[in-house]
Amino acid sequence: MILSARNLAVSIGLHKVCSGLGLDLAPGSRLAILGKNGAGKSTLLATLAGLRAPDAGTLLLDGKSYAEHGLRKAARLRGWLGQDRSDPFASTVLETVLTGRHPHLGRWSWESSADADIARAALAALSLADMEAREIHTLSGGERQRVALAALLAQQPRLYLLDEPLAHLDLNHQIATLELLTRRARETGVALAMVLHDPNLALRYCDQAILLFGDSRHIAGPAVEVIDAATLSNLYGHPLRRVENFFIPE
Amino acid sequence: MPARRRALLVLALLAVLSLASLSVALAVGSIPLAFTEVFAALAGADTAARQIILDLRLPRALAGFACGGLLALAGALMQVLLRNPLADPYVLGISGGAGVGALSAMLLGLAGLGIAGFSFVGALAAMLLVFGLAHGDGSWTQTRLLLTGVVVAAGCGAVVALILTVAPEQKIHGMLFWLMGDLSQAAAFLPALAVLALALAVTLPFARELNLLARGGEQARALGVAVPALRRLIYFVAALATAAAVTTAGSIGFVGLIVPHLARLAIGSNMGNDQRLLLPAAVLAGGSLLVLADTLARTVVAPLQLPVGVLTALIGVPVFLYLLSRK
Repeated sequence: MILSARNLAVSIGLHKVCSGLGLDLAPGSRLAILGKNGAGKSTLLATLAGLRAPDAGTLLLDGKSYAEHGLRKAARLRGWLGQDRSDPFASTVLETVLTGRHPHLGRWSWESSADADIARAALAALSLADMEAREIHTLSGGERQRVALAALLAQQPRLYLLDEPLAHLDLNHQIATLELLTRRARETGVALAMVLHDPNLALRYCDQAILLFGDSRHIAGPAVEVIDAATLSNLYGHPLRRVENFFIPE
Repeated sequence: MPARRRALLVLALLAVLSLASLSVALAVGSIPLAFTEVFAALAGADTAARQIILDLRLPRALAGFACGGLLALAGALMQVLLRNPLADPYVLGISGGAGVGALSAMLLGLAGLGIAGFSFVGALAAMLLVFGLAHGDGSWTQTRLLLTGVVVAAGCGAVVALILTVAPEQKIHGMLFWLMGDLSQAAAFLPALAVLALALAVTLPFARELNLLARGGEQARALGVAVPALRRLIYFVAALATAAAVTTAGSIGFVGLIVPHLARLAIGSNMGNDQRLLLPAAVLAGGSLLVLADTLARTVVAPLQLPVGVLTALIGVPVFLYLLSRK
């Protein structure tokens, strides 16, 4: 297992996000985390990333706790895409993507041409190949989101933890991004855990799902089993029904 | 990569500029000396010039270089720590604390080392006070740190104003010079140079981590940076650097704010915020700028000497406004 959690209890302030959560992410598995705004999806994801401590339970990354790995080793195993895109200082696209190489570099080493090749391949994978010299503040929101995704690819982790990876992306890039990530999962055996807002995309691209109800209740299991109209209506507090006749991007 | 070559070229040019500014500072003054005389004296020739250079001009030039470098380094570090391009070394109240210490020493009739000692204690007190208050509940946000610093600085400003009002008239002149930043009273250059070397030695190994920290704390942690420890380190290094500079030469303004930005512009848009280059570039540029400003300060209206802080601000304000409006 790349990531496994047992009896995980997570809270933020007085808000209980979940308790007794169990999770196993094998190579190639793809997990969707769904829930209303403020349900604690990002908090749970940050906990899975080892960025905040759980209240209780055990969390093992590749068989060891985050503390046992240490920060640097953990950063070579799992990558985390946050929601914050506020870079106060100017920087080029290539420099930004190269930040993903940090955990692979020694204290005194500079990024080599091999690192630059990895970064350029990541940019190409997100159709940003001709943008490496652009200043990040001149990019659109969707382009910056893809630059952040490229930095994560350049990090080459075995576990991708993605907080709203589709934020700011147009329809075309939403699908392209999910196709790219799930292809990586299939071909290279990386595992994915992502916060999503679209249950259709979750059902189409993920094999596992965690639904957070915001009151410490959660449902976890195979995506096809736990994502259904009744549960989603309950989850979002809005009636949903399954229909067969609607537009889906191919 | 060409960007890296260009950046190293900029560093080399700044090193040359530093040596040039130091040479000018040694040659220019009430008794002008030719560069050949300067170098002969430095090489050990026993001339009349040797005494002027070794006793008067060299200590002052080196003190200026060290203070400029310290302030620029502290400014660059504060900008990373607060993730705010408008941060400067004084934003956390360190110069205010030093000011209260220095002026109290002057009020008590102390001189030289007494003033330096009091201002260093004042700076340390402000640094610990701000750190302690901003850390009160164990959390650390940039806004909280910034607000605590600004309020402590304002409090120190009020105490300084109070001391100025009650001080006897003959002491006011010295106090004002200290507050504006003045190298003519610089007692010793060695402590400042030593702190500069130490600060560089401590921060340069973490330069790539600082790049990540500037982009955001959580992302930096996810990439393997020990963020809380690194923040504490750069807070104390920046505070110590500021305290050393202020203790040596009073509160010289604007160097800490504009020099990091000048260094960014000199390095260029690619790698301009790479701390591995920015920190040494800022030190060299800050040192050169302060040495040149001080040389002007003691020559433009000679035999009168201007406080160097007036000149750095007079040069710094228009340059900074220009940079800001260009953005």
